[in-house]
Amino acid sequence: MTAGAQERRPSAAFEYLTTRKDEFVGWARKFSLFPYPFVTACCAMEFMSVSSTLYDTDRFGAALPRFTPRQSDLLMVVGTVTHKQAPILLKVYEQMCEPKWVIAFGVCASSGGFYQNYAALPGIDKIIPVDLYIPGCPPRPEMVIDGIMKLQDRIARDRHPIINETF
Amino acid sequence: MSEAVFEQIREHLAGAAREAAVAHGTLALLIEPERLLEVVRALKDRFGFDMFLDVTAVDWPQRQPRFDVVWHFYSTRERVRVRLKARVPEADPAVDSLTGLYGSARFMERECHDMYGIAFRGNDDLRPILLYEGFVGHPLRKDYPKQKEQPLVPYRTNEAAK
Repeated sequence: MTAGAQERRPSAAFEYLTTRKDEFVGWARKFSLFPYPFVTACCAMEFMSVSSTLYDTDRFGAALPRFTPRQSDLLMVVGTVTHKQAPILLKVYEQMCEPKWVIAFGVCASSGGFYQNYAALPGIDKIIPVDLYIPGCPPRPEMVIDGIMKLQDRIARDRHPIINETF
Repeated sequence: MSEAVFEQIREHLAGAAREAAVAHGTLALLIEPERLLEVVRALKDRFGFDMFLDVTAVDWPQRQPRFDVVWHFYSTRERVRVRLKARVPEADPAVDSLTGLYGSARFMERECHDMYGIAFRGNDDLRPILLYEGFVGHPLRKDYPKQKEQPLVPYRTNEAAK
Protein backbone atom coordinates (compact mmCIF):
# COMPACT_ATOMS: atom_id res chain seq x y z
CA MET A 1 0.00 0.00 0.00
CA THR A 2 2.66 2.45 0.91
CA ALA A 3 4.44 1.93 -2.35
CA GLY A 4 1.78 3.76 -4.34
CA ALA A 5 1.17 6.54 -1.80
CA GLN A 6 2.19 9.88 -3.12
CA GLU A 7 4.91 11.55 -1.30
CA ARG A 8 3.78 14.86 0.21
CA ARG A 9 5.78 17.49 -1.55
CA PRO A 10 5.87 21.16 -0.66
CA SER A 11 4.31 23.34 -3.36
CA ALA A 12 6.14 26.18 -4.93
CA ALA A 13 5.18 29.07 -2.64
CA PHE A 14 2.81 30.52 -0.03
CA GLU A 15 2.42 27.44 2.09
CA TYR A 16 2.47 29.70 5.11
CA LEU A 17 1.81 33.40 5.61
CA THR A 18 2.56 35.47 8.60
CA THR A 19 0.46 38.50 9.44
CA ARG A 20 -0.71 40.53 12.37
CA LYS A 21 -3.93 39.31 13.97
CA ASP A 22 -5.63 42.73 13.84
CA GLU A 23 -4.79 43.17 10.19
CA PHE A 24 -6.05 39.72 9.35
CA VAL A 25 -9.31 40.03 11.28
CA GLY A 26 -9.80 43.57 10.03
CA TRP A 27 -9.30 42.42 6.44
CA ALA A 28 -11.87 39.69 6.94
CA ARG A 29 -14.38 41.93 8.63
CA LYS A 30 -14.16 44.79 6.19
CA PHE A 31 -15.26 42.58 3.31
CA SER A 32 -18.10 40.86 5.10
CA LEU A 33 -20.31 43.70 6.22
CA PHE A 34 -23.86 42.49 6.64
CA PRO A 35 -26.04 45.57 6.62
CA TYR A 36 -29.35 45.87 8.40
CA PRO A 37 -31.28 48.54 6.50
CA PHE A 38 -33.35 50.56 8.96
CA VAL A 39 -35.19 52.36 6.21
CA THR A 40 -37.77 54.95 7.11
CA ALA A 41 -38.09 57.58 4.42
CA CYS A 42 -37.33 58.81 0.93
CA CYS A 43 -33.59 58.02 1.20
CA ALA A 44 -34.76 54.44 0.67
CA MET A 45 -34.92 55.18 -3.06
CA GLU A 46 -31.25 56.05 -3.08
CA PHE A 47 -30.49 53.03 -0.94
CA MET A 48 -32.19 50.82 -3.54
CA SER A 49 -30.21 52.53 -6.25
CA VAL A 50 -26.87 52.08 -4.51
CA SER A 51 -27.50 48.47 -3.64
CA SER A 52 -28.76 47.36 -7.05
CA THR A 53 -26.97 46.66 -10.29
CA LEU A 54 -25.83 50.05 -11.50
CA TYR A 55 -23.82 50.96 -8.40
CA ASP A 56 -23.84 47.64 -6.57
CA THR A 57 -22.53 47.62 -3.03
CA ASP A 58 -21.86 43.92 -3.54
CA ARG A 59 -18.55 44.93 -5.08
CA PHE A 60 -17.50 46.13 -1.63
CA GLY A 61 -18.67 43.10 0.25
CA ALA A 62 -21.58 44.98 1.80
CA ALA A 63 -24.51 43.75 -0.18
CA LEU A 64 -26.46 41.09 1.59
CA PRO A 65 -29.04 42.80 3.75
CA ARG A 66 -30.05 40.84 6.82
CA PHE A 67 -33.53 41.60 8.00
CA THR A 68 -32.76 40.64 11.52
CA PRO A 69 -30.37 42.70 13.60
CA ARG A 70 -28.94 39.56 15.15
CA GLN A 71 -27.30 38.51 11.90
CA SER A 72 -25.98 41.89 10.89
CA ASP A 73 -23.05 44.01 11.89
CA LEU A 74 -23.71 47.23 9.97
CA LEU A 75 -26.75 49.28 10.91
CA MET A 76 -27.69 51.60 8.06
CA VAL A 77 -30.21 54.16 9.27
CA VAL A 78 -31.73 55.45 6.07
CA GLY A 79 -34.10 58.37 6.50
CA THR A 80 -35.82 60.44 9.15
CA VAL A 81 -36.25 58.90 12.56
CA THR A 82 -39.09 60.30 14.62
CA HIS A 83 -39.29 60.44 18.37
CA LYS A 84 -41.98 57.79 18.18
CA GLN A 85 -39.58 55.48 16.31
CA ALA A 86 -36.56 56.18 18.49
CA PRO A 87 -37.26 53.34 20.96
CA ILE A 88 -37.49 50.91 18.02
CA LEU A 89 -34.16 52.05 16.60
CA LEU A 90 -32.54 51.73 20.01
CA LYS A 91 -33.90 48.21 20.42
CA VAL A 92 -32.62 47.18 16.99
CA TYR A 93 -29.19 48.56 17.82
CA GLU A 94 -29.11 46.76 21.14
CA GLN A 95 -30.04 43.46 19.47
CA MET A 96 -26.97 43.55 17.24
CA CYS A 97 -23.91 41.57 18.28
CA GLU A 98 -20.48 43.08 18.64
CA PRO A 99 -18.63 44.14 16.61
CA LYS A 100 -21.11 46.53 15.02
CA TRP A 101 -21.00 49.75 13.08
CA VAL A 102 -23.60 52.40 12.36
CA ILE A 103 -24.00 54.53 9.25
CA ALA A 104 -26.26 57.57 9.29
CA PHE A 105 -27.44 57.62 5.69
CA GLY A 106 -28.62 61.05 4.58
CA VAL A 107 -28.95 64.32 6.36
CA CYS A 108 -32.08 63.43 8.36
CA ALA A 109 -30.43 60.50 10.08
CA SER A 110 -27.28 62.57 10.56
CA SER A 111 -28.77 65.66 12.12
CA GLY A 112 -32.51 65.76 11.62
CA GLY A 113 -32.01 67.70 8.41
CA PHE A 114 -34.54 70.43 7.92
CA TYR A 115 -36.82 68.97 10.55
CA GLN A 116 -36.63 70.85 13.80
CA ASN A 117 -39.94 70.25 15.46
CA TYR A 118 -41.99 68.10 17.80
CA ALA A 119 -41.80 65.02 15.58
CA ALA A 120 -38.24 64.41 14.40
CA LEU A 121 -35.23 63.13 16.26
CA PRO A 122 -32.40 65.61 15.52
CA GLY A 123 -29.86 63.02 14.48
CA ILE A 124 -29.63 59.39 15.50
CA ASP A 125 -26.38 60.08 17.36
CA LYS A 126 -28.60 61.53 20.08
CA ILE A 127 -29.49 57.97 21.03
CA ILE A 128 -26.92 55.59 19.49
CA PRO A 129 -23.24 56.00 18.57
CA VAL A 130 -22.62 56.64 14.88
CA ASP A 131 -19.45 55.65 13.02
CA LEU A 132 -20.08 57.32 9.70
CA TYR A 133 -22.25 60.18 8.53
CA ILE A 134 -23.22 60.46 4.88
CA PRO A 135 -24.70 63.89 4.14
CA GLY A 136 -27.04 64.70 1.28
CA CYS A 137 -30.75 64.86 0.74
CA PRO A 138 -30.54 62.19 -0.50
CA PRO A 139 -26.85 61.31 -0.89
CA ARG A 140 -25.60 60.34 -4.32
CA PRO A 141 -24.77 56.63 -4.65
CA GLU A 142 -21.14 57.62 -5.18
CA MET A 143 -21.16 59.29 -1.76
CA VAL A 144 -22.57 56.16 -0.16
CA ILE A 145 -19.92 54.00 -1.80
CA ASP A 146 -17.25 56.46 -0.71
CA GLY A 147 -18.67 56.27 2.80
CA ILE A 148 -18.65 52.47 2.83
CA MET A 149 -15.04 52.46 1.63
CA LYS A 150 -14.06 54.93 4.34
CA LEU A 151 -15.70 52.70 6.91
CA GLN A 152 -13.86 49.69 5.47
CA ASP A 153 -10.58 51.55 5.78
CA ARG A 154 -11.35 52.26 9.37
CA ILE A 155 -12.28 48.66 10.09
CA ALA A 156 -9.06 47.50 8.43
CA ARG A 157 -6.95 49.85 10.54
CA ASP A 158 -8.89 49.21 13.74
CA ARG A 159 -7.94 46.99 16.63
CA HIS A 160 -9.91 43.76 16.74
CA PRO A 161 -9.67 42.26 20.18
CA ILE A 162 -10.95 38.69 20.07
CA ILE A 163 -11.83 38.87 23.73
CA ASN A 164 -12.85 42.14 25.27
CA GLU A 165 -15.09 43.40 28.05
CA THR A 166 -18.28 42.84 26.04
CA PHE A 167 -17.38 39.57 24.41
CA MET B 1 -72.78 71.40 -13.60
CA SER B 2 -71.70 71.45 -9.98
CA GLU B 3 -73.23 74.91 -9.57
CA ALA B 4 -76.73 73.45 -9.81
CA VAL B 5 -75.99 70.96 -7.04
CA PHE B 6 -74.41 73.65 -4.89
CA GLU B 7 -77.49 75.82 -5.37
CA GLN B 8 -79.75 72.97 -4.22
CA ILE B 9 -77.58 72.33 -1.18
CA ARG B 10 -77.52 76.00 -0.33
CA GLU B 11 -81.29 76.24 -0.55
CA HIS B 12 -81.82 73.13 1.49
CA LEU B 13 -79.42 74.19 4.23
CA ALA B 14 -80.29 77.88 4.19
CA GLY B 15 -81.43 77.71 7.79
CA ALA B 16 -78.35 75.94 9.08
CA ALA B 17 -75.52 77.68 7.22
CA ARG B 18 -74.36 81.09 8.35
CA GLU B 19 -72.22 81.63 5.29
CA ALA B 20 -71.98 79.78 2.02
CA ALA B 21 -69.50 80.41 -0.75
CA VAL B 22 -67.92 78.50 -3.59
CA ALA B 23 -64.14 78.56 -3.24
CA HIS B 24 -61.79 76.67 -5.58
CA GLY B 25 -64.68 74.60 -6.90
CA THR B 26 -65.77 73.54 -3.43
CA LEU B 27 -68.86 74.68 -1.62
CA ALA B 28 -67.81 76.01 1.78
CA LEU B 29 -70.42 76.31 4.49
CA LEU B 30 -69.99 77.90 7.87
CA ILE B 31 -72.31 76.24 10.35
CA GLU B 32 -73.07 76.32 14.05
CA PRO B 33 -71.37 73.39 15.77
CA GLU B 34 -74.68 72.30 17.33
CA ARG B 35 -76.21 71.70 13.92
CA LEU B 36 -73.32 69.61 12.58
CA LEU B 37 -75.01 66.22 12.72
CA GLU B 38 -78.19 67.55 11.17
CA VAL B 39 -76.28 69.14 8.27
CA VAL B 40 -74.06 66.13 7.62
CA ARG B 41 -77.02 63.79 7.70
CA ALA B 42 -78.78 65.93 5.10
CA LEU B 43 -75.66 65.98 2.91
CA LYS B 44 -75.25 62.25 3.16
CA ASP B 45 -78.86 61.14 2.73
CA ARG B 46 -80.13 63.74 0.32
CA PHE B 47 -77.13 64.69 -1.81
CA GLY B 48 -75.09 61.50 -1.82
CA PHE B 49 -72.04 62.70 0.11
CA ASP B 50 -71.01 59.17 0.91
CA MET B 51 -67.30 59.81 1.30
CA PHE B 52 -65.79 61.47 4.33
CA LEU B 53 -62.48 62.94 3.22
CA ASP B 54 -60.96 64.64 6.21
CA VAL B 55 -61.44 66.51 9.40
CA THR B 56 -58.90 69.03 10.57
CA ALA B 57 -58.79 72.32 12.41
CA VAL B 58 -57.45 75.83 12.05
CA ASP B 59 -56.04 77.75 14.98
CA TRP B 60 -56.69 81.50 15.12
CA PRO B 61 -54.89 82.47 18.32
CA GLN B 62 -56.19 86.06 18.35
CA ARG B 63 -59.77 85.23 17.54
CA GLN B 64 -62.74 84.33 19.73
CA PRO B 65 -63.81 81.56 19.35
CA ARG B 66 -60.31 80.33 18.66
CA PHE B 67 -60.67 77.22 16.49
CA ASP B 68 -62.25 76.36 13.18
CA VAL B 69 -63.00 72.70 12.80
CA VAL B 70 -63.08 71.81 9.09
CA TRP B 71 -64.67 68.80 7.45
CA HIS B 72 -64.51 67.76 3.82
CA PHE B 73 -67.00 65.50 2.06
CA TYR B 74 -67.21 64.10 -1.43
CA SER B 75 -70.27 62.95 -3.29
CA THR B 76 -69.50 60.09 -5.63
CA ARG B 77 -72.94 60.59 -7.17
CA GLU B 78 -72.66 64.31 -7.94
CA ARG B 79 -68.85 64.34 -8.05
CA VAL B 80 -68.56 67.49 -5.97
CA ARG B 81 -66.95 68.38 -2.70
CA VAL B 82 -68.31 70.26 0.27
CA ARG B 83 -66.39 71.87 3.08
CA LEU B 84 -67.98 72.52 6.45
CA LYS B 85 -66.56 74.83 9.05
CA ALA B 86 -67.63 75.34 12.63
CA ARG B 87 -66.12 77.60 15.25
CA VAL B 88 -65.39 76.29 18.71
CA PRO B 89 -63.94 78.15 21.72
CA GLU B 90 -60.66 77.35 23.44
CA ALA B 91 -62.42 76.70 26.74
CA ASP B 92 -64.51 73.88 25.32
CA PRO B 93 -63.12 72.76 21.96
CA ALA B 94 -65.65 70.03 21.36
CA VAL B 95 -67.86 69.00 18.47
CA ASP B 96 -70.01 65.98 17.79
CA SER B 97 -68.32 62.92 16.37
CA LEU B 98 -69.22 61.69 12.91
CA THR B 99 -68.39 58.08 13.75
CA GLY B 100 -72.10 57.23 13.66
CA LEU B 101 -72.32 58.31 10.03
CA TYR B 102 -68.87 57.49 8.66
CA GLY B 103 -66.70 54.72 10.08
CA SER B 104 -63.56 56.37 8.72
CA ALA B 105 -64.15 59.32 11.03
CA ARG B 106 -62.79 57.24 13.89
CA PHE B 107 -59.16 57.57 12.83
CA MET B 108 -59.35 61.05 11.37
CA GLU B 109 -60.87 62.45 14.51
CA ARG B 110 -58.08 60.84 16.50
CA GLU B 111 -55.54 62.70 14.39
CA CYS B 112 -57.35 66.00 14.80
CA HIS B 113 -57.51 65.38 18.53
CA ASP B 114 -53.74 64.69 18.54
CA MET B 115 -52.79 67.80 16.67
CA TYR B 116 -55.29 70.42 17.85
CA GLY B 117 -56.89 68.99 20.97
CA ILE B 118 -60.38 69.07 19.52
CA ALA B 119 -62.65 66.71 21.46
CA PHE B 120 -65.18 64.68 19.52
CA ARG B 121 -68.24 63.82 21.55
CA GLY B 122 -69.22 60.25 20.81
CA ASN B 123 -65.82 58.99 19.61
CA ASP B 124 -64.88 56.61 22.40
CA ASP B 125 -61.31 56.06 21.15
CA LEU B 126 -59.31 59.28 21.10
CA ARG B 127 -55.99 57.68 21.94
CA PRO B 128 -52.95 59.21 20.21
CA ILE B 129 -52.63 57.94 16.66
CA LEU B 130 -49.65 59.86 15.24
CA LEU B 131 -48.28 61.02 18.57
CA TYR B 132 -47.41 58.76 21.45
CA GLU B 133 -48.69 58.18 24.94
CA GLY B 134 -47.26 60.77 27.27
CA PHE B 135 -47.00 63.58 24.73
CA VAL B 136 -48.04 66.81 26.43
CA GLY B 137 -49.87 69.44 24.39
CA HIS B 138 -51.03 69.67 20.80
CA PRO B 139 -48.22 70.38 18.35
CA LEU B 140 -50.17 72.10 15.58
CA ARG B 141 -51.64 74.70 17.88
CA LYS B 142 -49.96 78.04 17.29
CA ASP B 143 -48.88 78.34 20.92
CA TYR B 144 -46.93 75.05 20.87
CA PRO B 145 -43.23 76.05 20.87
CA LYS B 146 -41.88 75.41 17.39
CA GLN B 147 -38.79 73.46 18.46
CA LYS B 148 -40.11 71.79 21.58
CA GLU B 149 -39.28 68.09 21.61
CA GLN B 150 -40.52 65.38 23.90
CA PRO B 151 -38.07 62.54 23.35
CA LEU B 152 -39.00 59.03 24.38
CA VAL B 153 -35.39 57.85 24.58
CA PRO B 154 -33.08 59.86 26.83
CA TYR B 155 -30.36 61.55 24.81
CA ARG B 156 -26.78 60.31 25.13
CA THR B 157 -24.57 62.53 27.17
CA ASN B 158 -20.97 63.35 26.29
CA GLU B 159 -19.86 61.07 29.09
CA ALA B 160 -21.67 58.07 27.61
CA ALA B 161 -20.27 58.83 24.18
CA LYS B 162 -16.70 58.18 25.30
